[in-house]
Amino acid sequence: MSALLQAEGVSKRFGGVQALAGVGFSIRRGEIYGLIGPNGAGKTTLFNLLTGIYLPDEGAFSFDGRLLAGLKPHQVAEAGIARTFQNIRLFANLSALENVMIGRHVRTRAGVLGAVLRDRATRGEEAAIERRALELLEYVGIAARANDAAGSLPYGDQRRLEIARALATEPKLLALDEPAAGMNASETAALRGLLERIRGDGITILLIEHDMKLVMRVCDRVLVLDYGERIAEGPPGEVQKNPRVIEAYLGAPAAV
Amino acid sequence: MDIFIQQLINGVTLGSVYAVVALGYTMVYGIIQLINFAHGEVVMIGAMVAFSVITALAPGGWPPLMVVAAGTIVAIPVCMAIGYGLERIAYRPLRNAPRLAPLISAIGMSIILQHLALLVWSRNFIAFPQIIKSEPYHIGGAIITNVQIAIIATSVAMMAGLALMVYRTRLGTAMRATAQNPQVAGLMGVDINRIIAVTFLIAAALAAVAGVMVGSYYGIAHYQMGSLLGLKAFSAAVLGGIGNLPGAMLGGVLLGVVEALGAGYIGDFTNNWFGSNYQDVFAFIVLIAVLVFRPTGLLGERVGDRT
Amino acid sequence: MKGRNPALIWVGAGLVAIALLALPFALAQAGTAWVRITNFAILYVLLALGLNIVVGFAGLLDLGYIAFYALGAYVYALLASPHFNLHLPFWLTLPFGALVACLFGVLLGAPTLKLRGDYLAIVTLGFGEIIRIFLNNLARPVNITNGPQGVSRIDPFRLGGFDFGKSETLFGLAFSAPIKYYYFLLAVMIVVIITTIRLQNSRIGRAWEAVREDETAARAMGIDTTSIKLLAFAIGASFGGLAGGMFSAIQGFISPESFVLVESIMVVSMVVLGGMGNVWGVILGAVLLSFAPEVLRYTVEPVQKSLFGRSLVEPEVIRMLLFGLAMVLIMRFRPAGLLPSAVRKRELAERKE
Repeated sequence: MSALLQAEGVSKRFGGVQALAGVGFSIRRGEIYGLIGPNGAGKTTLFNLLTGIYLPDEGAFSFDGRLLAGLKPHQVAEAGIARTFQNIRLFANLSALENVMIGRHVRTRAGVLGAVLRDRATRGEEAAIERRALELLEYVGIAARANDAAGSLPYGDQRRLEIARALATEPKLLALDEPAAGMNASETAALRGLLERIRGDGITILLIEHDMKLVMRVCDRVLVLDYGERIAEGPPGEVQKNPRVIEAYLGAPAAV
Repeated sequence: MDIFIQQLINGVTLGSVYAVVALGYTMVYGIIQLINFAHGEVVMIGAMVAFSVITALAPGGWPPLMVVAAGTIVAIPVCMAIGYGLERIAYRPLRNAPRLAPLISAIGMSIILQHLALLVWSRNFIAFPQIIKSEPYHIGGAIITNVQIAIIATSVAMMAGLALMVYRTRLGTAMRATAQNPQVAGLMGVDINRIIAVTFLIAAALAAVAGVMVGSYYGIAHYQMGSLLGLKAFSAAVLGGIGNLPGAMLGGVLLGVVEALGAGYIGDFTNNWFGSNYQDVFAFIVLIAVLVFRPTGLLGERVGDRT
Repeated sequence: MKGRNPALIWVGAGLVAIALLALPFALAQAGTAWVRITNFAILYVLLALGLNIVVGFAGLLDLGYIAFYALGAYVYALLASPHFNLHLPFWLTLPFGALVACLFGVLLGAPTLKLRGDYLAIVTLGFGEIIRIFLNNLARPVNITNGPQGVSRIDPFRLGGFDFGKSETLFGLAFSAPIKYYYFLLAVMIVVIITTIRLQNSRIGRAWEAVREDETAARAMGIDTTSIKLLAFAIGASFGGLAGGMFSAIQGFISPESFVLVESIMVVSMVVLGGMGNVWGVILGAVLLSFAPEVLRYTVEPVQKSLFGRSLVEPEVIRMLLFGLAMVLIMRFRPAGLLPSAVRKRELAERKE
């Protein structure tokens, strides 16, 4: 009952490559669940399957008591899963504020008629969208840059902006694809604080991350993939000692 | 049945012209992933130049075949110059711009070319001199003319020549490498700018010959003939699978046949509600249908969205 | 925006309003032809604004946009002319024409909007041609469109006893038919401008921007990209249909000749020249390009006559050559147009793929 997301036997093949082979796991409400593995292990593929960008060959996800099979990406977002992208995909030429306001799209209603007539309800909604977007920029700590073009922000701020935009969709599950990539130590520390705060606000987090220090500190449980297969799952401390995991990461000192 | 064979012959003739034009679209698309919107105008210019040369030489008493050949030989370099200019002016400066930018600038070039042609050759339909006397040969109840045979033979020769060049020469290898991955090809020492320019040149040369063929077949030329022809040839390229040379050939011939049979039989199928005046609609319907149901075309390899 | 003096804005707006209201009478001094030309310029502004929703806001290049204009024009003409002996009132036929155009926009868009930009451009171009071919040929076996001869003696707008097609004197001023239409067109244009600006600054407008910038990210944010693009297509098409109906009434005669590919390309150049995505830029582009042939007629013609004793190059050809040149040069040197929208400027200038 406490599982928010459940994956069963998820498989995906691209041409001759088995990107994912029968992966299953379950994420509990309110936890930070890490997803790690060497490059090419299938982490991002799993994200893309979860968010409806690809269709799985086999298996399915059930989210919040509902089967996600066949949902398109925008329906997945509506169901309550928001994501960020490994290679940041902001609306680079729009302002930071507009980026977050777009995140409110799925939770707001105004249509063409409302937009044209600007009735009281629409004006109210529009004001609420802007207010909420500003709050979220504040929340991730980049409110000062609200009116700057997203593409002109420093790298770390872009990552934060992506998180703010994802939070604007009011997700139950926030799926982050390498949020710490390219961040320096102090930025990473601040990110850790942010992740814990988000979790504290009741949002479950699925985290792909290469920064093992961050994963070990922030995650409650970790799933390890290698060559598309699940090789271990458990609390970070245990997983770290698992011989298969050490083997998979052999030569990668970060795993120590 | 005779009508069927006749329409088939007409379709294959026209289709082989489409194929030669479609090759131009598909080669350019294969290399830079852009539609050369002005390609149809290059065909038109080819037809117009050849028309002028042939008209000038016709009274000279030379053998007709030589006159047509002379027209073609003059048209080819003119078209190549235009093709090169197109690439330098409309495409190269915009190589890193969003995709719509070169498309819009190519539309601009195509308007310019059309109206320059209007200035030179007037806005009237021009009677293409029929100096090669059309001789019919009977196949059963159907007729194939020597002009049709010449068109089909020329198209086949050009396609074969192009295939040899692309698959058997160093230049062709460099072109295919660039089409696969320009960055890597560049690292391997291929001069990308040169390859792209050469591609436009070859496409333009093919267009010139196609212009002569289409002019001789219909017996008329007009400054606006390029846009519809270009659109049909583009549809042919998409039908075959854009970026794919054999696909363009197959698509061209198929489209010609579909058009001819469609125009020939639409009256029968619709109880004469629609007649052969709807011929031009078929190409667009084929285009839309292919793009909707099988965007990669019949022989297409590239899957889906590359951007 | 915030720094400006609101009083100054009101004064400015008031002056513009007075100028627009007085304009037709000033033009009429130079000849009624100029009022007509202005009316057609307003029609082009409407077309350009409609296409701007598709091209400028949603980022979809539509090269067959004139087809929607044609549909609106034919719907009006067939329902209000002796051709079928129907004379329905304009307040019915005009919205109906817009609705039909909208419907065709959806029919065309639904299967094709998943296509990538340049394919979509070609498909819409083909659609434009299909519509024209049908208009040209749907005269047999049942005469629907009257083929290449077109439809003539189309009803002007009538409201009770007020006939837009007739001249009359009101308040001591001579209102010719073109002047009456001018005020109608002006009112429609203002409504369309307000509609467009409000759409742009709304939840829908933001969704269009998102789709134009990055479709994948837009989807991940919960935007149903297919329907939001379809919405742009449908709204753009209905603007085109609306303009078409007014064209029918003002002109009194239409034929497929008025809806050729070049017309589509002209509207695209207006949008591109003025500045995709910026309402004021697009209006500027439409006004510049629709007055261009007239200006050329009064400048190039006399110059040629005085130089060569006769006109060597028709102004129409010069106009088209200038169009072409403008499109090439604008893309090269000022891709965001004369009056760019801030966002589009960044998009067109900085994106390197």
